[in-house]
Amino acid sequence: MTLGNKTIKTAALISFLFLAEVASAQSLGSGNLSTMLMWLVAILILLALLFVGDSLLKLEAKNVGADKNGENYSILPNFKEIFRPKVPDFVPSENLHTLSKGYDLKLEGKASSIIDVHNTATTFAVKPPDFRGIAPIPKMLVQIGDSVKAGDPLFFNKKTPEIKFCSPVSGEVIAINRAEKRAISEVIILADKEQTYREFGQFDLTQMNREELVGFLAESGVWPMIRRRPYQLIPALTEVPRDIFISTFDTAPLAPDSNLFVEGREAEFQKGLDVLAKLTDGKVFLGLNGKSQPAAAYANATGVEKHYFHGKHPAGNVGVQIHHAKPIANTDAVWTLGVQEVISIGALFTKGRFETDRIIAIAGAELSNPRHIKTKLGASIENFVKQGLNDDAGEVRYISGDALSGTQIEANSFIGFFDDQITVLQEGNYNEMFGWLLPLAPRPSVSRTMPGFLMPNHEYRGDTNTHGEKRAFVVTGQYESVLPMDIFPQHLMKSILIGDIEKMEGLGILELAEEDIAICEFVCTSKQPLQAILKDGLDMMLEQG
Amino acid sequence: MKPLLNFLEKIEPDKKKSPFLHTLYDGFFTFLYAPNTVTKGGVHLRDGMDLKRTMITVVVAMQLCYLFGTYNIGHQHFAAIGEYTGFIEGFHLKLFHGLIKMLPIFVVAHVVGLGIEFWYATKKGHPIEEGFLVSGALIPLLMPPDIPLWMLALAVAFAVIIGKEAFGGTGMNILNVALLARVFIFFAYPGDISGDYVWVSSIVKEGQEQFAAPYYASSWLDFHGLLHQAADWIFGLFNLDTFSSVQEAKSVVDGYSGATPLALAKEGGWEAVTEKFSVAQMFWGDMPGSIGETCKPFILAGAAILLATGIASWRIMLSMVIGAAFTGLLFNAFGEAGTFMAVPWWGHFYMGSFFFAMAFMATDPVTAASTNTGKLIYGFLIGMVGMIVRVLNPAYPEGWMLAILFMNVFAPLIDHYVLEANIKKRLSRA
Repeated sequence: MTLGNKTIKTAALISFLFLAEVASAQSLGSGNLSTMLMWLVAILILLALLFVGDSLLKLEAKNVGADKNGENYSILPNFKEIFRPKVPDFVPSENLHTLSKGYDLKLEGKASSIIDVHNTATTFAVKPPDFRGIAPIPKMLVQIGDSVKAGDPLFFNKKTPEIKFCSPVSGEVIAINRAEKRAISEVIILADKEQTYREFGQFDLTQMNREELVGFLAESGVWPMIRRRPYQLIPALTEVPRDIFISTFDTAPLAPDSNLFVEGREAEFQKGLDVLAKLTDGKVFLGLNGKSQPAAAYANATGVEKHYFHGKHPAGNVGVQIHHAKPIANTDAVWTLGVQEVISIGALFTKGRFETDRIIAIAGAELSNPRHIKTKLGASIENFVKQGLNDDAGEVRYISGDALSGTQIEANSFIGFFDDQITVLQEGNYNEMFGWLLPLAPRPSVSRTMPGFLMPNHEYRGDTNTHGEKRAFVVTGQYESVLPMDIFPQHLMKSILIGDIEKMEGLGILELAEEDIAICEFVCTSKQPLQAILKDGLDMMLEQG
Repeated sequence: MKPLLNFLEKIEPDKKKSPFLHTLYDGFFTFLYAPNTVTKGGVHLRDGMDLKRTMITVVVAMQLCYLFGTYNIGHQHFAAIGEYTGFIEGFHLKLFHGLIKMLPIFVVAHVVGLGIEFWYATKKGHPIEEGFLVSGALIPLLMPPDIPLWMLALAVAFAVIIGKEAFGGTGMNILNVALLARVFIFFAYPGDISGDYVWVSSIVKEGQEQFAAPYYASSWLDFHGLLHQAADWIFGLFNLDTFSSVQEAKSVVDGYSGATPLALAKEGGWEAVTEKFSVAQMFWGDMPGSIGETCKPFILAGAAILLATGIASWRIMLSMVIGAAFTGLLFNAFGEAGTFMAVPWWGHFYMGSFFFAMAFMATDPVTAASTNTGKLIYGFLIGMVGMIVRVLNPAYPEGWMLAILFMNVFAPLIDHYVLEANIKKRLSRA
C-alpha cells in the first residue's frame, strides 16, 4: 500500500508551491511590514509542520518495515517518482528496476512470431572457439566417419576431462575442421533423419547430492551451457556460485521473442530452474521484461527471485540485471544461463536425454521472410538463408548473434553455441559523398544532429559501414548515457589500454562482458573497438589470476 | 557522382613515395566522401555520428558570432570617430572594414594551424584529425581586431605544437588549444591584447591624440590601403558612400577612451559602466571587445544549438552560471558601493566574455572533466575562479581564459576523485 500515487502527490506539491507563491507575492505587494512578516511566518510554520509530519510518517513506515522495497511513504513525491516512466500494470512494484539509460536500436526485418518447423538443417557443428578458456586443441573422442547419438561426447578440454562436449544430434561425424596452428575450429555432424538419443535414465533430484548432480551434468553435456561471471568461463566443477542469473528477455536489435522459447516447454523450464537451485547456496534470479508481458512460464516460475526490468537495450542483458539485482563484488562468482539452456537442463531430467532444441530468429532487412525457426544447437544456417534474400540485396554479412555483439560467419557456416539469432546485414563498403556532413540515407544514431531523433520509432535498414574513421577518445559522457550501470566505461577503457590492473578491477571490469559494452561501442563517435579492448582487459586479468 | 569518385581514386598519390601529398589527399578525400570502411570484429553496425560531424556542428554554432563580430569591428571603428553612429548606418563600409580585418586573421590562423597538423599527420602516419577545425574557428573570435598577424601565427604555432601535438594530437591535449593561443599573446605581448586601445580597430595613438588610421595606401605594400581603394571604386560604381566621404585621419570623438565595460567597472563600479553603456547595448554586443565575445544573443543561440544537439555538456554550462552567480553574490555582500565588487551579480553576465567562454571554451570535452559529477564541479569552479580573477586581480579585468586554463589542469584531479568514489563504493560491496 502506498499513500496516494505519484500524480496526486505531484499535483499536491505543485499546488502548494503555487499557493506559497501567491501568498508571498501578496505579502510583498502589501508593503506593510507587519503583514508581510505575518504571512512569512505563517508560510514557514506551515512548511515546518508539513516536513515534521512527513518525517514522522517516513520514520513510522521504517519502524514497521513497510518501506522495505524502497516504496515512498512520504507525502511529497521524491525526485525519482516524478520522472519515473509509466510502467505497465502486470509489473509488480517490488523488485522493479526502471532503467532510464540505454538505446533501442531499431532495425527493419524483425522476425515474425511464426515458428518455422519445416525448414531444417542437415548438418550441425560444435565449435570449440565458442567456449572461452578452453585449450585451442581439445582432446577428441571421435573421428571422421564415426556415428554418434545425440548426447555422445565429442571432445573434452584436457584440463577438465570430466566436462564433456556432446553431440547435439545423432548422425555421422563428417568433418573436423582446423584453423591456424591446428586449432580445432568445428566438429561437423551430418544428422540422421530419425534422431536417436543416448539414454541417461531417470534421476530423482531429491536423492542426489550436489557432487552426483554436478558429475551428471558434466557427463551429459549440459555443463558447458553454464557461463560463469566474471570472464564468461565454463565453471569449474568444484565451484559453488553465489547466485545464478537468468534473463528471460532480449533487448538486442532484431532479437528473438523469448516468450516463444517456453511455449509448450513450461515443465522443462521449471525443472531446469529446480536443478539450478540445487547448485547454488544463494538464489536463482530471474530477470523479466517490464515493458511487454512476459510468458506465464516466466511470471509464474517458482523457487526463484523475480526482478522486472523496464528499460531500453541493454536492459535485457544479464550483466545489467546482475548489476541491479545483486552486483558482484570482486571475490564473487555467479553463473548465468539463457532460457533455452535452462530448458535443455530441464529436459535432461524430465526425458533423460540430451535435448538441444533451439528456437532461433533469422532476421534482417535483407531477408524476404524474417522468421523464427525451430532447430537444434549448432545448426548450419545454409538452408535457412539460401534463397531467403531479397532480390535487391547486394553483398550481405551473416552474423551469428545480434548486430552489436554477434560473430560474423559464412553463409554455409554454423550458429554459435550460445546464440539464438542470425542477423543478416547489408555490407556498407561504399563511399558516400559528404556522408559525414549531410547523411543522405537514414542511419541509426543516438545523436541529435541527425533527423532520426525526431522519429524514435523509425526502423532503419542499417549496414556495416563505419560512418567515419577511428579517432582518439574525444567526446565524453556518451558511453555513460547508454549504459544503465554505475560504471565509467571510458575511464575503464583507458585503464585497460594502459594496463592498470588495479584500476580496471576497481572500475568494475569484472561486472562486464563484451555484450554489455556493445551498445557503447555502437554509439562511439571515435569508432573505438570497445569490445576488443574489454576482451584484452579481461584476458589480462585472467592471466594475472 | 561516380566519375568524380573514379577520378579521385585514380589520382591517389603513392603513400610511400610522397607521404605528405598522400596525407593531404586523404584529408581532402575523406572531407568529400565518407570512407568505405566496414566494421570488423566488435559491433557490426555503427552510429552515423563521427568526429567530423561533431566538430562541424560546433563550428556551425559559432557562425552567428562570426557574422556579428565581423560587422562590429567596422561599427566600433566608426563609432569611435563619430561617423555612422547608428548601428546599421554605413552598413557596407563597416562590413568591408570588418572583413578585411577578420579574413586575414582567419586565414593566418588556419594556414598555420592546419599546416602544422598536416605535417604532424604525415610524420606520424595517421589521417588528418579534425581537432583544429574547432580551435581554428575559435581563435579569430578570441582576438582583438588589430592583432598583428605575425604574433597570431606565432601564438597558433605555439598552441598547436606545444599544447597539442607534443601531447599526442587531437584528444590528448591537457589545455584548451584556442585559449592557449590567446594566453600566449597575453603573456608574451600584453600590450597588444590588453588595455583600452586595442579593442577598436584602426585607431592610432600619438601622444594624447587618437585618430583613425588613414584608409588609403601610402605605398604599394600597404595591403589594407589598397583594398580600401579597390572597395571605394566598387562602392562608387553603385553610388554608395565611400571611405573618402570620411575625413582622413579623423580624431576620435571627445571623451572617447575605447574602454570596455570591464575596464570601466574596475575604475568606478557598475555606475561607471552604465554611464557609457546601457544594459541593452551590452546585451546586444554594441561595444568594443574581442571579435566574437560581445553579442550575447548570438552566443546564446550557439549555446542552444550545442545543447539541443547534445554536443556540449549542459552540466558544465549550468554549473558555470551558478558558480559565477554565487561568487558574484558573495562579492555583493562584501563590496562597497561604487567598486568592482559591488557590481550586481547579474551585471557580470553582460560584461566581458562570460557566455562565450561558457558556450565554446569550458565545454571542450577533451580538456574538461570527463565524468558527469566531475563536470558539475568543474563548471562551478570555473565560474568561481573566473569571477575571482576578474574582480580581485589588480592587473587585468577579465578572468575566464585564465580560469578555464587553470581548471583544465585540475580536471583530471576532479575526475580522479569521482572515480575513486566509484571504486570505493564497489570495494565496499565485498
